[in-house]
Amino acid sequence: MSKTLFDKVWDGHVVRKIEGGPDVLFIDRHLIHEVTSPVAFLGLKSRGIKVLYPERTFATADHNTPTMNQHLPVEDQLSANQLKALESNSNEYGISHWGLGHQKNGIVHVVGPEYGITQPGATIVCGDSHTSTHGAFGAIAFGIGTSEVEMVLATQCIMQPKPQKMRINITGSLGYGVTPKDVALFIISQLTTSGATGYFVEYAGKVFEEMTMEGRMTVCNLSIEMGARGGMIAPDETTINYVKGREFSPKGEAWDKALSYYKTLKTDDDAVFDKEYTFDGSLIEPMITYGTNPGMGIGISKDIPDAGSVEGGVSTYEKSLNYMGFNQGDQMIGKPVDYVFIGSCTNGRIEDFRAFASIVKGRKKADNVTAWLVPGSHIVEAAIKEEGLLDIFTEAGFVLRQPGCSACLAMNDDKIPAGKYAVSTSNRNFEGRQGPGSRTLLASPLVAAAAAVTGKVTDPRELMMVEA
Amino acid sequence: MAYDKFEILKSTAVPLPIENVDTDQIIPARFLKATERVGFGDNLFRDWRYNTDGSPKADFVLNNPTYKGKILLGGKNFGSGSSREHAAWAIYDYGFRAVVSSFFADIFRGNCLNIGVLPVQISPAFLENIFTEVHKNPETEIEINLSAQTITLLSTGEKESFDISSYKKDNMMNGFDDIDYLQNIKSEIQEFAAQLPL
Repeated sequence: MSKTLFDKVWDGHVVRKIEGGPDVLFIDRHLIHEVTSPVAFLGLKSRGIKVLYPERTFATADHNTPTMNQHLPVEDQLSANQLKALESNSNEYGISHWGLGHQKNGIVHVVGPEYGITQPGATIVCGDSHTSTHGAFGAIAFGIGTSEVEMVLATQCIMQPKPQKMRINITGSLGYGVTPKDVALFIISQLTTSGATGYFVEYAGKVFEEMTMEGRMTVCNLSIEMGARGGMIAPDETTINYVKGREFSPKGEAWDKALSYYKTLKTDDDAVFDKEYTFDGSLIEPMITYGTNPGMGIGISKDIPDAGSVEGGVSTYEKSLNYMGFNQGDQMIGKPVDYVFIGSCTNGRIEDFRAFASIVKGRKKADNVTAWLVPGSHIVEAAIKEEGLLDIFTEAGFVLRQPGCSACLAMNDDKIPAGKYAVSTSNRNFEGRQGPGSRTLLASPLVAAAAAVTGKVTDPRELMMVEA
Repeated sequence: MAYDKFEILKSTAVPLPIENVDTDQIIPARFLKATERVGFGDNLFRDWRYNTDGSPKADFVLNNPTYKGKILLGGKNFGSGSSREHAAWAIYDYGFRAVVSSFFADIFRGNCLNIGVLPVQISPAFLENIFTEVHKNPETEIEINLSAQTITLLSTGEKESFDISSYKKDNMMNGFDDIDYLQNIKSEIQEFAAQLPL
């Protein structure tokens, strides 16, 4: 019977099917961090059980870490306790631990791929909804709750019903100044924040075939923002070239065996999806959000829609615009910006910083803007320095911080103050997400850079054209 | 972690007729710093419930003594966003045992089922009727019968059935969790792992 890519990977990991219940799904790789794991370890202790396959779990601290002066002790006692708990739990159970200060420390969804923990056709989970990032490699990757973290530690399995299957095709080619982030925000704006709930998505079509691995990671990362459990892209030469030779990638005979598995990972021609969408990539423009969920996005040149023209209730929509301090019909271009944040598991990789640099080069940071530039890992941080991007940033008045999740969820000190507007390359514009009362406009690194140098929402293509 | 068995829940309800309630609203990230599962109910809906100086916001439903009960009524797409199980913990810890909505986000639904909060998905029209009745008379009671998989608005007698897998239903009625099950098939899991390509 014909199968989709998703079917092949899922079915290949089902240990047992339960009548009238979920599948028991084997997990190849498990990533943990300091925030969603401590209670799972407490559960193990109270039950008196060990970690079944410690070599399949990797720990990194990211959500709750400072992004300045990482060599100093963490001041916030609660944060310090979580970091300590991750370290002692990892040590006690024999799990690789990449804590603060470790060379491999960084955002879990950035370091996983960088070190080859992420492999095509693997099942990967983490107590973090943006685990969908790893789907870029043709893996089934999704976020889980802490009870499930405990299950994976104890048995390397979780119990879930098989989701339905959706394919999203983007045909054509992307326009000038249009990035993978814009593709994702465009899709979410079309499907809404719950449009893919219950589904696992496969992204297909020329736009994704031409995309780099980092671009694919950005797109898959945001799958959860339309409700999808995850999203994946069939592995191809681009994928194989990326994973080959990385530290935790299979080597020698194991690589040959893995490679023959990877080559089976594509949707059969006549396989059927439960739902399918097709969009023309050439119609996508740089995107920006204006509301309090990632589905509330528009092309940057457009006006904020009227309540009557969007899906959902009027009162929820008005509550959202009221929080943002925006009105129906407002133009986004020219809205004042107080903060710019580039970073996160969505856009904290080297290509994102290259894009940011391409616009700020030779310009100056706007005086009214506070900018936080946060690399996703030490590898990204080192590349920023080696490629000369740091010089460009410094020249333009920007400061580079140290790796971590930072202002994406503002668990550490990187909080946008109440009432302030932040153009952010991260993934969520929920009320208070970047700090109590903060107002977030999600956008690409190019749009963020344009805002950083002009102090207001600006179409990056204008600045790119000047340079060309 | 063990939780109380769920059989029949008859209770008044707390109405929150807002769509797309995300888990950052249910519990903001800055309250996720604990290393134990205690006290999360105090910060349930923290920023909707309290001003920055810690004083309660009078217009938020949890601060309105008229509405109480073990059932939380939420708008469409309840629990979207972050996978933080802390959101479900906060709801349980506050005293809710069921959340009723016309649509739930996936991860949140799974987390609830794993910790003993029953997500009850009903039709948009029925949800609307329940909101109306509860707003009209906050003493209105709702009965959720897990065994029969039904939810009844007792003031009008209107009733709907809801879906739950028989496996999860058994777990909730007995207070079991998935680890109890998985621990019993460990050797099967180990045999399976030995033949995997990765």
